[in-house]
Amino acid sequence: MRDVQLWTYIVVAITFALYIWIGYTNRVRDTKGFYVAGQGVPAIANGAATAADWMSAASFISMAGLISTMGFDGAIYLLGWTGGYVLLALLLAPYLRKFGKYTVPDFVGDRYYSQTARLIAAIATIVVSLTYVAGQMRGVGIVFSRFVGLPIEWGVVVGMAIVAFFALLGGMKGITWTQVAQYVVLIVAYMIPAVAIGIVLTGNPIPQLSFTFSDIVPRLNAVQVDLGFKEYTQPFQGKTQLDILAITIALMVGTAGLPHVITRFYTTPTVRAARYSAGWALLFIALLYTTAPAIAAFARYNLIDTLQNATVANVIQGEKQDIYELVYPDGTSVTWATSWQRTGLLAFYDKNGNGKIEIRPGAAFQGRNFKAPTDSPNEVFFDNDIIVLANPEIAQLAPIVIALVAAGGLAAALSTASGLLLAMSSAVSHDIYYRILRPTATERQRMIAGRTMILIAILFAGYFGINPPGFVSQVVAMAFGLAASSNFPAILLGIFDKRANTTGAIWGMSVGLVFTLAMILMMKSNIIFGTPAPLLNDFMGISAEGIGTIGMILNFVVAFVVSRMTAPPPQEIQELVESVRIPRGAQVVEGAH
Amino acid sequence: MTKTATPTKKTNGKGAQGGGRQGGGRQKWSPERANAYWKRNLRLIGILLAIWFIVSYLFGLILANPLYGMRVGQLPMSFWFAQQGAIIVFVILIFVYCWVMDRVDKEFDVHE
Repeated sequence: MRDVQLWTYIVVAITFALYIWIGYTNRVRDTKGFYVAGQGVPAIANGAATAADWMSAASFISMAGLISTMGFDGAIYLLGWTGGYVLLALLLAPYLRKFGKYTVPDFVGDRYYSQTARLIAAIATIVVSLTYVAGQMRGVGIVFSRFVGLPIEWGVVVGMAIVAFFALLGGMKGITWTQVAQYVVLIVAYMIPAVAIGIVLTGNPIPQLSFTFSDIVPRLNAVQVDLGFKEYTQPFQGKTQLDILAITIALMVGTAGLPHVITRFYTTPTVRAARYSAGWALLFIALLYTTAPAIAAFARYNLIDTLQNATVANVIQGEKQDIYELVYPDGTSVTWATSWQRTGLLAFYDKNGNGKIEIRPGAAFQGRNFKAPTDSPNEVFFDNDIIVLANPEIAQLAPIVIALVAAGGLAAALSTASGLLLAMSSAVSHDIYYRILRPTATERQRMIAGRTMILIAILFAGYFGINPPGFVSQVVAMAFGLAASSNFPAILLGIFDKRANTTGAIWGMSVGLVFTLAMILMMKSNIIFGTPAPLLNDFMGISAEGIGTIGMILNFVVAFVVSRMTAPPPQEIQELVESVRIPRGAQVVEGAH
Repeated sequence: MTKTATPTKKTNGKGAQGGGRQGGGRQKWSPERANAYWKRNLRLIGILLAIWFIVSYLFGLILANPLYGMRVGQLPMSFWFAQQGAIIVFVILIFVYCWVMDRVDKEFDVHE
């Protein structure tokens, strides 16, 4: 175990030094460099940066574990967080790149020739990014505490310092090239344990192939049925089909509407490169997203199989939970089980005293009180995160691989945090300060405003990382619903419907945003306001996670109808729409006029 | 504003070599031509999004139960589409869009 600690220090230190070096060599002087990396990012690099920007600590650490528990229904994340890139590539990215400004509110404000529309888009950007970023900083702290042994607070501070360094110096340019490096770190860290476990379980080194063609999933299905679970692959075990559909749509459309993702497509040199970079981004994301379900199934099989064969050798009484030392049939100790019980992410309770730990459906404990078993025959609690975090140990991989997983988790959290921080601060410093309040600001003043805002945003995010409001982790998924119901329809209609006008866009965005926000607040009121029960359970069978789909439809309908009841947009706006539809001329950003 | 070098609103010039020509293209840019280009783009988007819908929503979720009995490799078909197949198709769809639009852009002489 000491080896692991040492390797973790070394690997994390090397990767951090790399990020700092990249940040230093990519310093910028002008706002174009600061907001859109000088529009000089090649398609493949932008794809890798987008992938790192997009895949957060949640994708890296939690997703495989969630799928492992949800089985088929885990598809909401797999489809929802990839399908949006098709929408981005076909419906938004090329046209926004041709438009060629810096932010989402830039497009909304100019296309709808309205400062009100610009302001609403800027506020939506801030709200969406803020709900998202707090969780990321927390993620940095958690990875630090688990692997490096630093307290969570100090982990957050170190993470803030690193992000501040390359974001302040390099803005979008520094962030972009650090994200490229972070993508490489995180994908290597994700694939190595997956490949190793695939080889151990099925003899096939490619997880996607062994998942589909080996008999591992049928074996898992059989074992699950024996133990009283439904088949692993059985659809709609936890949620209704309608809800699954709504959630998948909300996540997909939300992905396409997330400001920090959209902004990335402004950084390419051409419209053509914007299209290709969406393809590269999804290819890089798909590498992880097609591996995750394989890890989920492998790890679940491994866990059940280990527990079925192991016997209890010793029980150490603990204050919060009893630590069970298990041995394999050949007498060797199941060390990972012991060490992960100490973290509180894994807990056993041999309720029937038969010397075996039995995994069954139902909750083993009353909440997270591991001294209070329930009546359920289930004797195992495991946190979803353990599926990725403990995987290398379960497969008995070298300490350096475990260290790599720590560096990968940090890369995922830091890259997403930096992208969000830039999106948030540019909404204030570029859209609100420069475009609305002080259009006469000089380049120098704008750079100062940009750097100041990013610093404030980092401190803000850090504060929430250290003192997370209880409901943050519960509402992060709602950021997608908000993005789906506000930004996405406004941008889409702005490109595809020449008749869409200011009044329509403002009404559409307002109705979509207010409806979605109100529904989320009512359905999550028990967590946010502390009411005894949620004020509303669901809306026509759709839960808070999927409600953004309804908000989006409302936005579309209202914007479409109101636009047609009011005056058409002026001639120059129709010309603007004509011009974003054609690739040629994208390099001439500031134009001759 | 983003006024670009592309003449998006040209009146019809006289003759094939009229004033609306841009960057050595063979044909002059006109509202009709802009329309034709946009229609081609929309048709392609429509086809690709139909496939996008079929592999994810239809095969993966809406027909999850009916397709459960069929297999891809060792997996139920709907499960495979929902957790592997649709994602792979998504990647292909974007690159197909890029490739086809490269050609359409050249054909209409609006490439960069």
